[in-house]
Amino acid sequence: MADVTASDAALRRFLHGLPGVDAVGLHARAAALGTRSIKTTAKAFAIDLAISMIDLTTLEGADSPGKVRALCAKGAHPDPLDRSAPKVAAICVYPDMVATAKDALRAAGAPHIPVASVATAFPAGRAALPVKLADTRDAVAAGADEIDMVIDRGAFLTGRYLQVSEEIRQVKEACRREDGSAAHLKVIFETGELQTYDNVRRASWLAMLAGADFIKTSTGKVAVNATPPVTLLMLEAVRDFRASVGVQVGVKPAGGIRTTKDAVKYLVMVNETAGEDWLSPDWFRFGASSLLNDLLMQRQKLGTGRYSGPDYVTVD
Amino acid sequence: MSELTEPTGKTGPPASPASPASPSSPSAPGSPASRADEVPGSPGGGAAARLSVLKTYKLFVGGKFPRSESGRVYEVSDSTGAWLANAPRSSRKDARDAVVAARKAFPGWSGATAYNRGQILYRIAEMLEGRREQFTTEVAAAEGLDRAGAAAQVDAAIDRWVWYAGWSDKIAQVVGGANPVAGPYFNLSSPEPTGVVAVLAPGDSSFLGLVSVIAPVIVTGNTAVVVAAERTPLPALSLGEVLATSDLPGGVVNLLSGGTAEIAAPLAAHQDVNAIDLAGAATDETLAKELETAAADNLKRVLRPSATTDWTTGPGTERMLAFLETKTVWHPIGI
Amino acid sequence: MTQPKKQQTRQTRETQPQRGRQTRPATPAEPTGALGTTGTARATGAGGPLFAYAPAPESRSVVDIAPRYGLYIDGEFREAADGQVFKTVSPSSEEVLSEVAQGGEEDVDAAVAAARRAFGPWSALPGAERAKYLFRIARILQERSRELAVLESLDNGKPIRESRDADLPLAAAYFFHYAGWADKLAHAGYGPDPRPLGVAAQVIPWNFPLLMLSWKIAPALATGNTVVLKPAETTPLSALFFADICRQAGLPRGVVNIVTGDGSTGAALVAHPGVDKVAFTGSTEVGKAIARTVAGTRKKLTLELGGKAANIVYDDAPLDQAVEGIVNGIFFNQGHVCCAGSRLLVQESVAEEVLDALRRRMATLRVGDPLDKNTDVGAVNSREQLDRITALADAGEAEGAERWSPACDLPSTGYWFAPTLFTGVTQAHRIAREEIFGPVLSVLTFRTPAEAVEKANNTPYGLSAGIWTEKGSRILWTADQLRAGVVWANTFNKFDPASPFGGYKESGHGREGGRHGLEAYLDV
Repeated sequence: MADVTASDAALRRFLHGLPGVDAVGLHARAAALGTRSIKTTAKAFAIDLAISMIDLTTLEGADSPGKVRALCAKGAHPDPLDRSAPKVAAICVYPDMVATAKDALRAAGAPHIPVASVATAFPAGRAALPVKLADTRDAVAAGADEIDMVIDRGAFLTGRYLQVSEEIRQVKEACRREDGSAAHLKVIFETGELQTYDNVRRASWLAMLAGADFIKTSTGKVAVNATPPVTLLMLEAVRDFRASVGVQVGVKPAGGIRTTKDAVKYLVMVNETAGEDWLSPDWFRFGASSLLNDLLMQRQKLGTGRYSGPDYVTVD
Repeated sequence: MSELTEPTGKTGPPASPASPASPSSPSAPGSPASRADEVPGSPGGGAAARLSVLKTYKLFVGGKFPRSESGRVYEVSDSTGAWLANAPRSSRKDARDAVVAARKAFPGWSGATAYNRGQILYRIAEMLEGRREQFTTEVAAAEGLDRAGAAAQVDAAIDRWVWYAGWSDKIAQVVGGANPVAGPYFNLSSPEPTGVVAVLAPGDSSFLGLVSVIAPVIVTGNTAVVVAAERTPLPALSLGEVLATSDLPGGVVNLLSGGTAEIAAPLAAHQDVNAIDLAGAATDETLAKELETAAADNLKRVLRPSATTDWTTGPGTERMLAFLETKTVWHPIGI
Repeated sequence: MTQPKKQQTRQTRETQPQRGRQTRPATPAEPTGALGTTGTARATGAGGPLFAYAPAPESRSVVDIAPRYGLYIDGEFREAADGQVFKTVSPSSEEVLSEVAQGGEEDVDAAVAAARRAFGPWSALPGAERAKYLFRIARILQERSRELAVLESLDNGKPIRESRDADLPLAAAYFFHYAGWADKLAHAGYGPDPRPLGVAAQVIPWNFPLLMLSWKIAPALATGNTVVLKPAETTPLSALFFADICRQAGLPRGVVNIVTGDGSTGAALVAHPGVDKVAFTGSTEVGKAIARTVAGTRKKLTLELGGKAANIVYDDAPLDQAVEGIVNGIFFNQGHVCCAGSRLLVQESVAEEVLDALRRRMATLRVGDPLDKNTDVGAVNSREQLDRITALADAGEAEGAERWSPACDLPSTGYWFAPTLFTGVTQAHRIAREEIFGPVLSVLTFRTPAEAVEKANNTPYGLSAGIWTEKGSRILWTADQLRAGVVWANTFNKFDPASPFGGYKESGHGREGGRHGLEAYLDV
């Protein structure tokens, strides 16, 4: 596989040689998986699994230390009335909030919850490469355990695949710490801007070949974010990549997943497409914020038999 | 303006001298005694007749029920000249807003499946059936018909929705098809909606005529800006209440009342309107010519009026075809 | 009910993957969240799949099945003249659902007479009025779709997901579509005033009982005919419920008559001298017998018979969707589909890749209780059909083809057959030539488009075919060459009331659906 990234031409030939995607068929499959009926024990399992897969996220210009601390406290103990509720997978913030988040998680007694940071001039990614690398190093130095980078969609859409690949490779380098360990790299495609499913498949393979640990749909900042068909397609890509290269890569849909019903549909998709090896926070994440409270309300409903309400979950 | 945000309510517009809902003028001139008479159940001769609640007739634009942005109304009378209601007198800005709403609704409506559109048109018929009495009353008042005559008009209008509902997934099989071109090509022609259609409802048939010009426009996926018959707009404005409760997406049909010539002129000249049905100008050749001339500016499809249209006879496909384009797709055939 | 066995795919994978990149984990060693608390608990006991779906049964209580049903003749239910009855069972449990009248010649005679009496007034109605009856039926079918879906799954064995999402919505859609034709016949291209034929004798199969009823009754009524319909022996119930829908719709008596029974009932019906039209869907063998029966009469005949469809996968196909299409093509409705894609023709350069993916996908099919909303493959409709599938599959093995099925535990009662794949099949094998009508896929390979077409056409059947390639001109070339009545490209098993359906060659003649489907019921 190494030779396919030897030149722009070779990489283009490889990516354009991947099997095409028929959009109608893809949509039909995603919709069919969406009709699975997940009840009782399976639902309880799915809800806790989904909570444990959430990258609890705040990515606003108005973010402040107070907001980040509140988010961290919530991530550590999502349901203050029920300590059996699982912790979230990670806290996701901008680079300048990483140190605050690390401190807050320690204070909340959950130092093991990783902190993810968006970097590389998120969300547009329109900055020079040195700036993107500095952004990444800054976040890693502040203690980020995971880096969510954005690809250069402009370069991708104009066919400069090698440039995109090279950027991912260099950001991956920038994720290295002095002790030889490295922050975990998630690569965001902004699938809403890639427009075609063929592009999503190509971007997936490009990123995986360049060393992505996770491939992620969206920034949450554009009109179209994660959708079931896009996520299904990316799950097919990681499945096929492992089968042919032997490396397992994670998938993270982000943006627009707000309800338990939606989250369970995604888990069904993981289960029946990539398989149960991906049914873990190590291999599948949800980039979300409001999803958590809906999961908690559903969890309370399963426990009590009564429908819960927004007054019984916390707003942070 | 919506009911909720309006501070002063019905007493607000000064141009409403005979406002019947104004508490200060419960028996204002023109306030129809006949309406109170219609109220059922004042059995005991001694009991006072219950005062009926009059309806404020409003426009129907983008799925909502605004008043005219101009704040103007005009008096609508029955065939004997008795006052019925104050209808909004739409302005050119109302026409503009309606075109915006129709354009916004076009991608969704034209992109819906024919089956979906057919079911929605059928749903309109179902909803109308339940309001048969209301429309019979309104048509009788508007056209001076007895109840049986008005009911026949309403029944025919309901059946007309059903007739057009069935066309949604058939018109393509009747007017489209494979073309046997001389070469290794697949060649298929299909009808497609032309876009936003301005419709001047006929003046001689306040409800059956109205339905007969709206349904063929929208069944194929066009969206419509409809100018109700100037003298008899009430059945049209009430139709909005039916459309709003029939799963028809907002903006597919927009209903304006007022002066036909006043509203039609900006519509005929509007560069974002694709076609115009001049049925409502049948009795005014000068107006029809002016509108057709204005329509030429962006080459609108124009359906000229016919002075002799009998709205009670079964329609053919003419009114649908007038607002359809034909798209032909070529594709090579080879290994 | 069986659970999918993931181990199957694990075993067939050649190399164990490297679990993650060397530089991991960024995630600290201590498990976080659910992994430390409830997450490690599986949805079912240890050893099963991690995420096992709990049973999600559709409630049976939405349908009320009477212990006994008569024949529906002239708007009323009545016993068979000779009092004979037969039992209809649920193929998933072998439970007796009801006893149904076995119609005989006398009953057929009464039904035809009722239809004849009704024909005059019915055909004289304005089309717009006939349309409104059919619209009513369409709407009532929509309203009662949940009840009817459960009924259909009980009597037929098909998964509730399919009866709910395919059979019922389509059945209503066919009525809705043909309702709209009733007052537009003059526009259909059959002349200014095409006339109905009279009494239509309609015999339908057990694979889509209510949907096949709608394919038959909707166009017949729209064009002004009256009908006597005989549902299949093993699936009579939904047609009898349909009789109640006719009652709710206020349909005049005698316009629709339902005569239940076995093959002899159907034979009596098509042979009855009082019918003007015969429409049959079922096996080619019976279709030929019916064609002989009506030979020399003036009865108009349409036949929708068997098939052995080729599903052609070129090397440039959208493979993930092709795999879905192959699975849907052969395992939809347990393969009880006349147009099923029962022969997979795959280009040799991608054969291994496609077959690997196909096996992996088949391992996720959930076989079991038809009323479970997560079931993908239900029960085979009858003991007789199960025997036939078993015999043909055994013949495939005996003739040297390689047989594979995913591991799945089949229920101990009822009629079940695991999804089955045969590789190394040649055109000479019985499983490549005979219609199995079950969840059995025969895989053949080809090298060139010409070879694909040659093999695809090398069958007495010609109902349907599939083509998978991203290249449009190749789709159209292949479609041009195929001798089949329906060709699906980059999709499979799609049906729509606006689209004609029917076969070439021994798959029958006549078309059902759309404008074309009107011809079968008009004097043209």
